[in-house]
Amino acid sequence: MDTALHAPVIARPPPMRTAGPLAWLRANLFGGWKSTLATLIVVAVIARVLPEIIDWAVVRAVTRPDNAACRALDHSGACWGVIVEKYRLILFGRYPFDEQWRPLVATLLMVVMLIASCTRVLWSRWLVVAWLSVLAVFFVLMRGGIAGLTPVETARWGGVPLTMLLSTLSIAAAFPIAILVALGRRSHLPAIRTLCIVYVELIRGVPLISVLFMASFMFPLFMPPGITVDVLVRVLVGITLFAAAYLAEVVRGGLQAIPKGQLEAAAAMGLTYWQTQRKIVLPQALRMVVPSIMNSFISTFKDTSLVTIVSLYDLTGSLALALGGDANWRQFYLEGYLFIAAIYWLFCFAMSRYSQWVERHLNVGNVR
Amino acid sequence: MSEPIIAFEKVSKWYGEFHVLRDLDLAVARGERIVICGPSGSGKSTLIRCINALEEHQEGRLTVDGIEIKDDVKAIETVRRNVGMVFQQFNLFPHLTVLENLTLAPMWVGRVPKKEADERAMAQLTRVRIAEQAGKYPLQLSGGQQQRVAIARSLCMTPKIMLFDEPTSALDPEMIKEVLDVMIELAGGGITMLCVTHEMGFARSVADRVIFMDQGQIVEQNTPAEFFAHPKSERTRDFLSKILSH
Repeated sequence: MDTALHAPVIARPPPMRTAGPLAWLRANLFGGWKSTLATLIVVAVIARVLPEIIDWAVVRAVTRPDNAACRALDHSGACWGVIVEKYRLILFGRYPFDEQWRPLVATLLMVVMLIASCTRVLWSRWLVVAWLSVLAVFFVLMRGGIAGLTPVETARWGGVPLTMLLSTLSIAAAFPIAILVALGRRSHLPAIRTLCIVYVELIRGVPLISVLFMASFMFPLFMPPGITVDVLVRVLVGITLFAAAYLAEVVRGGLQAIPKGQLEAAAAMGLTYWQTQRKIVLPQALRMVVPSIMNSFISTFKDTSLVTIVSLYDLTGSLALALGGDANWRQFYLEGYLFIAAIYWLFCFAMSRYSQWVERHLNVGNVR
Repeated sequence: MSEPIIAFEKVSKWYGEFHVLRDLDLAVARGERIVICGPSGSGKSTLIRCINALEEHQEGRLTVDGIEIKDDVKAIETVRRNVGMVFQQFNLFPHLTVLENLTLAPMWVGRVPKKEADERAMAQLTRVRIAEQAGKYPLQLSGGQQQRVAIARSLCMTPKIMLFDEPTSALDPEMIKEVLDVMIELAGGGITMLCVTHEMGFARSVADRVIFMDQGQIVEQNTPAEFFAHPKSERTRDFLSKILSH
């Protein structure tokens, strides 16, 4: 038996991995025969497809709004000229041509406010005041009728401003409703629990189109005669209730994941139900389901495209309007869709990145 | 002889069909320190959880600090303000710092202003010898440190009664000592303590009374000296032989 005195080994840093791009390639793309085969197949597909895409989209494309040149292409190249020709109609819908500076300013204001609301640093009472003022300015700019602006009815609002307005307001309204419904579904009071369950199951059982349809056409039937509710309000209510039902289930999933011990500790300290929810349960539950919540938000943003069913022309609807009615440009739908797809993607990607930022920042305490 | 601070009168509790507490009678005097031991399933945790109404009893009468534990939410909240509890799993709030964990209840239940709550919290953290960790999050601390924070958190509300539900059972053997030291120091201060634990050394040095429970009933209760030296019941002797041997 070795009875020599124990000689301590001093801790030293780990060895350097063989680094560099060549080593990365060798390890990740050509690691084994399966990996190498997959790499070769993917490279072959890209090599086949990419030059054709570049040829169509860039090399042979026509960017002048020249209808004859575009037709002459005969689909061998992209006709970006249709965007140059129709972009104002696509972006702003049926809004009067001369007044389109108004929706532009309104949209930019809202985008600025959304970006400002992203950092917790700026969250204060003043932000709420700022939001209320910006929304008021938005409506005044779009609606007109005062300060010398010509009135524009809500049915003519369209394009990007409409998409932004519907998404922002419905998400902002759906979130608190969803939290209350999720809490209500876990309540000990049978009446509240049943109400919440019925609400969620009813809404989840029908597609958004039918909810919008009912909100837009059936809702006025129940109103006393003479009172008309603005189409925008009806549509907003429909989208909000729809989004809230799905969000409520997401929040409920988070609530279920809170260990019972947390509630017991809060109860043992004498915290009331609402204090426990506000300070202990919801902060932890919502943090856990940030990816799912963002998922719902992104879905709602794109669901606004269904308002075409009630003759409101958001970004998707205004594209159909811009190209469908014009016999000369009707065949260039693909370029049009790529354009609005790029816009949708931009917004959704921004939301997605924000979601990841939120996760990193809110999980300070949970990372060991 | 003043009124007992906790009085169980023929208290019974069922978990579904299982009769976990059977016609329990117990009187705890003010300032008394009690250690409850027994096999698992004997109802010891349930007994102390009934005191702050985390568990509801179905029969019998339970009075804590003059207030009867019934369905009354207000009464229960008043009781809970005066009873502190330390759990086996610590149950610290992971999204709040140590200091925020401690100041939450005083600020929100006791309506104490933030500055005073912070001072109180730092005093308690110093008492459990963990003041330098005030800005950290619970998951950054070791088990023993977390349990000491949990004890400090309960003490911030200046409770009259402290309940301990197996506070050292989830800890590494090396950390048990630091938590027990805190509990011994606390016991010397005159607070009423009920502790469910397997640490018989702690019972011997600190307890006024040791209670042995089995199958929902108190089988034997005595001073530590008498309890360990001359256990009266066969069941108690059996239990002691098992836990004192290793």
